[in-house]
Amino acid sequence: MSDEKISQAERDEAAHFASRAAAAGVARPLAGKGDTPASSSAEPPTLFDVQEMELNFGPQHPSTHGVLRIVLKVDGEKILQAIPDVGYLHRGTEKLFETETYPMGIPHTDRMDYVAAATNNHAFCLAVEKLLDVEVPRRAQLIRVILDELQRLSSHLVWLGTSGIDLGAVTPFWYAFREREQILDFFEEYCGARLTLNCMRIGGLPFDLTTGWIERLFEFVDDLPARIDDYEQLLTDNRIWKKRTVGIGVLTAAECIEWGLTGPIIRASGVEWDLRRAQPYECYDELDFVVPVRQNGDTYDRYVVRVQEMRQSVRIIRQCLERIEAGDIRGKVPRVIKPPAEEIYASVESPKGELGFYCVSNGTNRPYRMHCRPPSFINLQALPKLAKGHLISDLVALIGTIDIVLGEVDR
Amino acid sequence: MAEEPKPPAAAGHAEPAKPKPAAADAAGHPWVASIRAALPDAVVAAKEFAGQITVTVAREQIAAVARHLKEKEDFGYCVDVTAVDWKKREPRFDVVYHFYSFSKNDRIRVKCGAAEGEAVPSIANVYLAANWSERETWDMFGIRFSGHPDLRRILTWEGFHGHPLRKDFPLEGIDTGAAIYPEEWPEGGGPSPTDPNRKVVS
Amino acid sequence: MTAAKVLTPTVLTYIKVVLIVAVVPAIVGFVVVLAERRLMGFMQVRLGPNRVGPKGTLQGLADLVKLVTKEDVTPARAEKLVHFLAPVLAVIPALTALAVIPMGPSVRLARHVSTPLYVADINIGLLFLLAITSIGVYGIILGGWASNNKYSLLGGLRSAAQLVSYEVPMGLSLVAVLLMTRSLSLVEIVQRQDRLHLWFIFPGLLSFFLYFVSGVAETNRNPFDLPEAESELVSGFNTEYSGVKFAFFFLGEYAAMIIISCVAVTVFFGGWLPPFPHVRALSFLHFIPPFVWFLGKVGVFLFTYIWFRSTFPRYRFDQLMALGWKTMIPLALGNIVVVAVAILATPNRTTGLVRLGWIYGALFVVLFLLAKLRQALTRRDRLEAVPASARRTA
Repeated sequence: MSDEKISQAERDEAAHFASRAAAAGVARPLAGKGDTPASSSAEPPTLFDVQEMELNFGPQHPSTHGVLRIVLKVDGEKILQAIPDVGYLHRGTEKLFETETYPMGIPHTDRMDYVAAATNNHAFCLAVEKLLDVEVPRRAQLIRVILDELQRLSSHLVWLGTSGIDLGAVTPFWYAFREREQILDFFEEYCGARLTLNCMRIGGLPFDLTTGWIERLFEFVDDLPARIDDYEQLLTDNRIWKKRTVGIGVLTAAECIEWGLTGPIIRASGVEWDLRRAQPYECYDELDFVVPVRQNGDTYDRYVVRVQEMRQSVRIIRQCLERIEAGDIRGKVPRVIKPPAEEIYASVESPKGELGFYCVSNGTNRPYRMHCRPPSFINLQALPKLAKGHLISDLVALIGTIDIVLGEVDR
Repeated sequence: MAEEPKPPAAAGHAEPAKPKPAAADAAGHPWVASIRAALPDAVVAAKEFAGQITVTVAREQIAAVARHLKEKEDFGYCVDVTAVDWKKREPRFDVVYHFYSFSKNDRIRVKCGAAEGEAVPSIANVYLAANWSERETWDMFGIRFSGHPDLRRILTWEGFHGHPLRKDFPLEGIDTGAAIYPEEWPEGGGPSPTDPNRKVVS
Repeated sequence: MTAAKVLTPTVLTYIKVVLIVAVVPAIVGFVVVLAERRLMGFMQVRLGPNRVGPKGTLQGLADLVKLVTKEDVTPARAEKLVHFLAPVLAVIPALTALAVIPMGPSVRLARHVSTPLYVADINIGLLFLLAITSIGVYGIILGGWASNNKYSLLGGLRSAAQLVSYEVPMGLSLVAVLLMTRSLSLVEIVQRQDRLHLWFIFPGLLSFFLYFVSGVAETNRNPFDLPEAESELVSGFNTEYSGVKFAFFFLGEYAAMIIISCVAVTVFFGGWLPPFPHVRALSFLHFIPPFVWFLGKVGVFLFTYIWFRSTFPRYRFDQLMALGWKTMIPLALGNIVVVAVAILATPNRTTGLVRLGWIYGALFVVLFLLAKLRQALTRRDRLEAVPASARRTA
């Protein structure tokens, strides 16, 4: 349907509006004014031909995952191709690391995976501590593990709530955030911040615990399994939930390893791999917890794995609270941190997967290169493979099941 | 009522008592030997520090080394691909790969040097997980990966000039020449909201 | 001028019509919307709106004022007339259908003046209702088309497909009830339930479930609200509507909810009848006027609508259509056959229905227990992923 009488001015205007429309997230039609159709044959497409339409799942959309843009090529409802376009939240964190001293870099890590800030801090501190060969005292180790697991609970609660809302179940969101409020209150009491915690220092922790924190945390984790039962009652055996999640986005174990997916994704596909078990750090090697594993690798299994992980986090926190003892909260760290001119890689099991820091030091008090290996970035690579062949309605479920945080993807 | 948090104990000026860990040569390590056996002139150097092995290989052989590690040494999982800009060194960049083996439960770091403008063979065909990491390295450092299926910028936008993580790229950024809607937001920023002569775009 | 001379049947009919057109939207706006928001809030451990007026009771008024004073935006290249008509077409059938719903028997207003609590007793009442609510589909299709927005069109068409598909099981489930009542008139149906001492929920348990689920799908409510929830892209056919037109669509949806609930109450739950009307011991229930019984039962169904919305995730569109066509229609057809057999196989019609009621009731209980058993087994299997020593979180 090309019109030969289009003037150049109209072409420019159409192109201008098309670019603005594309930036604003509106679909471009297949053959617009001024375009020449790809096939110049005169036959109209039949119902059985694939009519490809390109859509923008724009940077802003109602799912609360952040600024992620996915360019979809769809045939009706079926997705032919889904290409994520990231970088909307790129803030140059790695460049900032190079211009600041080591302790100054810790608040920057908060902003990466802002839903699970303590694990980011932890990974950063682990990397520098390995370079310096600093030993973290026992009390600090236990408190670090407690903070990590609280953060895992908080991150999984956000995931649960938002996944539910994306698929239409509006109630678990409120329940999950009620618990999360309490967790954030614990963090606020400890380090003053709810979200961007800055709650770990190289060699240990910044503050000691306040009075009553441990007792209140005991009460909280005693209540929590019943609350998790509440969420499960709404979703886990719900036929509609199962219809929306079983069989969606299936990943085999080999595919997970091939694509470098870590975290609950790989555990839902049958590989029992958890950095807390495989390469224990802090005091995880003496704690008794189970790594939940499922076999099918679909969205439902990832849901079950994360809920089970929440229960295991409760166990870990309780064990750490029982073992907590008096002691230092920071190891012997020099006043000015100048690691030897070596390189190191250290990683932790964040709620989203393996979060690692690769640090190259040149002997000064600033890192020469500090690179973050973000699990969300690597996990998001698999989205095109996951989404192909599913419907647009499933895309929301898939983004939720990979559990990305754009701060981490883009850094 | 909360008591005051105790000041961190022993966060003072004491130097660590034991000697700092030192790097050791790892030329005799079994993994290094295995690479050397399969690809004789690939390995340039090998080092060990804090229990982590770093193998420096020749740039042209990196894809072959990666394939060897994946198929023969069971390093099935590519953790990360990144680069380091050594500004005054020749070659300028170090492209750094981390691999993990489930059976060995351990990681290996493989590095290769790349000069300015030289292309590094891509391992995206060997490890699918390296796809976006190599794109990010291209975006941030300007190191081309030959054979990569889709080498585009990932964190910055198309039309961006420059590679941000290079040492000569300033922290404040540069004028990348990719102005968006130049008729509304001219270079240097838009007019102040209190400027009476500003053009109001409705 | 006695009351009888002024309040002639014609005048009374007009008064009732005006009451329906004026009162029902008011009830919807003030009571139902507020109830939904407050109840959903309570179910989600939060308070709903509680600022405007005591305990938030004037929230409906605030919403009404907001919608009425909003700018009425019509897309530039939309069909103006159709864009204007679509919300009207969505609302009028819903209000019209209220005319045949009997809310009570005759009440005596004055000496020689008594009037039944319905506008008209058409002898094809049920058929009239189904036909009128089908016209509401036009409002949605035209609303989606007239907006000149590709996604509105797709949302509107999806919604229309859903509505048209679910009219079939709805009608078929009511056919089974027809076999029991032998009349399409809604007043007749209630009176028959009175005469037989049998509410049609008992033999018509399956019919009721089919009817109510189809009804939820008919009104685009959760779990069938894919066409109108924020979906993946836009919010369906009512994206381009604002102000009063949006209020009309909104009103139409809630009025349709009320219609479905009223019909369910009338056909299955005895309309205005108190429960166990012929049991001597419970005769104190007759002190409550029939109108209040009717409203109470309708309220229970509206509460169930709100309950569904809080609880369930959303069906995907293809799963929704599969449910309607592949599950509910065969069940509805089978149900008709079973009811017919039950009626014909026994000498006394009522005996057959009662026996069918017991059979359906027992079947329902057995299926429920089986489902619970299956749930317990899968829960145990799921916990197998975690070894026994670690199954408790303590």
